[in-house]
Amino acid sequence: MNKLLNWVDDRFPLMSMWNDHMGKYYAPKNFNFWYFFGSLALLVLVIQIVSGIFLTMHYKPDGALAFASVEYIMRDVPYGWLIRYMHSTGASAFFIVVYLHMFRGLMYGSYKQPRELIWLFGMLIYLALMAEAFMGYLLPWGQMSFWGAQVIISLFGAIPWVGDALTLWIRGDYVISDATLNRFFALHVIALPFVLVGLIVAHLLALHEVGSNNPDGVEIKKNKDENGIPKDGIPFHPYYSVKDIVGVIVFLMFFVAVMFFAPEMGGYFIEHANFVPADPLKTPEHIAPVWYFTPFYAILRAVPDKLMGVIAMFGSIAVLFVLPWIDRCKVKSIRYRATIFKVNLAAFVVSFLVLGYLGMLPTTPGRTLVAQIGSIVYFGFFVVLWYTSKNEKTKPVPERVTK
Amino acid sequence: MTTDTVDTSKRRTLTLATSAVAAVGAGFVAVPFVASWAPSERAKTAGAPVEVDISKLDEGRLLTVEWRGKPVWIVKRSNKTLEDLKTLDDSLRDAASDKEQQPDYAKNASRSRKPEILVLVGICTHLGCSPTFRPDLAAADLGADWKGGFFCPCHGSKFDMAGRVYSGVPAPTNLEVPPHYYLSDNVILVGEDGSAA
Repeated sequence: MNKLLNWVDDRFPLMSMWNDHMGKYYAPKNFNFWYFFGSLALLVLVIQIVSGIFLTMHYKPDGALAFASVEYIMRDVPYGWLIRYMHSTGASAFFIVVYLHMFRGLMYGSYKQPRELIWLFGMLIYLALMAEAFMGYLLPWGQMSFWGAQVIISLFGAIPWVGDALTLWIRGDYVISDATLNRFFALHVIALPFVLVGLIVAHLLALHEVGSNNPDGVEIKKNKDENGIPKDGIPFHPYYSVKDIVGVIVFLMFFVAVMFFAPEMGGYFIEHANFVPADPLKTPEHIAPVWYFTPFYAILRAVPDKLMGVIAMFGSIAVLFVLPWIDRCKVKSIRYRATIFKVNLAAFVVSFLVLGYLGMLPTTPGRTLVAQIGSIVYFGFFVVLWYTSKNEKTKPVPERVTK
Repeated sequence: MTTDTVDTSKRRTLTLATSAVAAVGAGFVAVPFVASWAPSERAKTAGAPVEVDISKLDEGRLLTVEWRGKPVWIVKRSNKTLEDLKTLDDSLRDAASDKEQQPDYAKNASRSRKPEILVLVGICTHLGCSPTFRPDLAAADLGADWKGGFFCPCHGSKFDMAGRVYSGVPAPTNLEVPPHYYLSDNVILVGEDGSAA
């Protein structure tokens, strides 16, 4: 066995890659619950790729055949229902895991110097993931697929001058049609997965270059022993690989429970209107995106002007990119930051959840007002952060990680 | 003549020039890929504007043509009908056509380019059924004050003779006026705004 390993190692940097990223990658010893979600995101990616590959073996990306081919998968393909529900549940699970992963970063300041690039790669992953999910949702060719895509693509029509030409170019037709479905299929199964995997590799390489942050926001590389190993670090494998397996098992318990017993999640994971074939002549009574887009959809609708609404919506995502430079506080972890930051972050989370809830409902004047307040709180987080973080009254940060 | 330092300026110039040429080449290579996303010839044919001759359209009659898979109605209204439109404002949801359901040139009292000629997409703004043309005044099923218009049999939405939606019905907005313009006095091109919009 050792001989084989040596033979490979002379020709391929197997052991050194293993050591760099697993065996001798020293991670802080104080990771808590919130550190499960990175590895879980990777797990969901694998689930999506595997189930996705098998779905393409039965699915037909054709305006006339798509809907029926999905029903064929559900009814006639052996275990097709399971593979499809795995994929649809995985889509929502991906966003749940990623939102928690991002929230962890906000809490512990994982986006701050020297980890700005990790955050930027992460944001690009998030963008690619949204594009991936949006295009995937068109493929079942149900009513919500069709009209959801109609609404989202129309957003680009709000761009002055080039808007109409741009939407025509994206659709490849005057309405959402077979041409649109076919190109979204290509992007969904080939182009975007490549982009995603590439970005994830960059995300991890950047992480392993600077080292992981931790709940105390202490740089463990500042305290090394005589062998150059961080005193507060433990090798990722076996310590965290084994810890993450516990997370995987608990996560899979929830995942399969949804997959088997509530794959539609009451219309939140697969909307009811999507069980009706796409019909360009018939708009569903109420069009709402899937839950993971609703906070941004609520911001869009909260602004009375179409172009300004689109700008606000894209702005709400774009502003996250510059977060490392908006937050000027040197202290990373929420544990040692001032009360104003804790209150501010809590308000941000509440606004995100409220907007997400409102985005699923039809509008009324009252709800629009709440969505407007929610949008102000959402953007207010960044404004308040910019002004308060410069001279924040922080608590003393310990030299070493606690506990 | 020998020297220890290497003059890299020529090298840099050549590298820059090569990169510039390659970038231009890459730009040209991108053209077919980007262009392939534009509507295909087949899609363009199916979505082409439709020419309609209205010289034989009588007053009070409705003509249906198909444009991009949707029914488009053309109605010739009488002066009486146009007068009646003004009396309805209070019972309409969007009497002034504030919602963007028409091109700017149709944002007027008659929602049309020529007052008497109405051009509409015949798809109910509620759930996309196609309403029926009900020009009969005071129709028994629509009430004594019915001034003519369109009635959607699916969910009971009512529209007046300018395609404006009545309040208290499920449809949220007025019927859509498609882009159109007059090629000549009696020929309408549905699907384009025309240069003199």
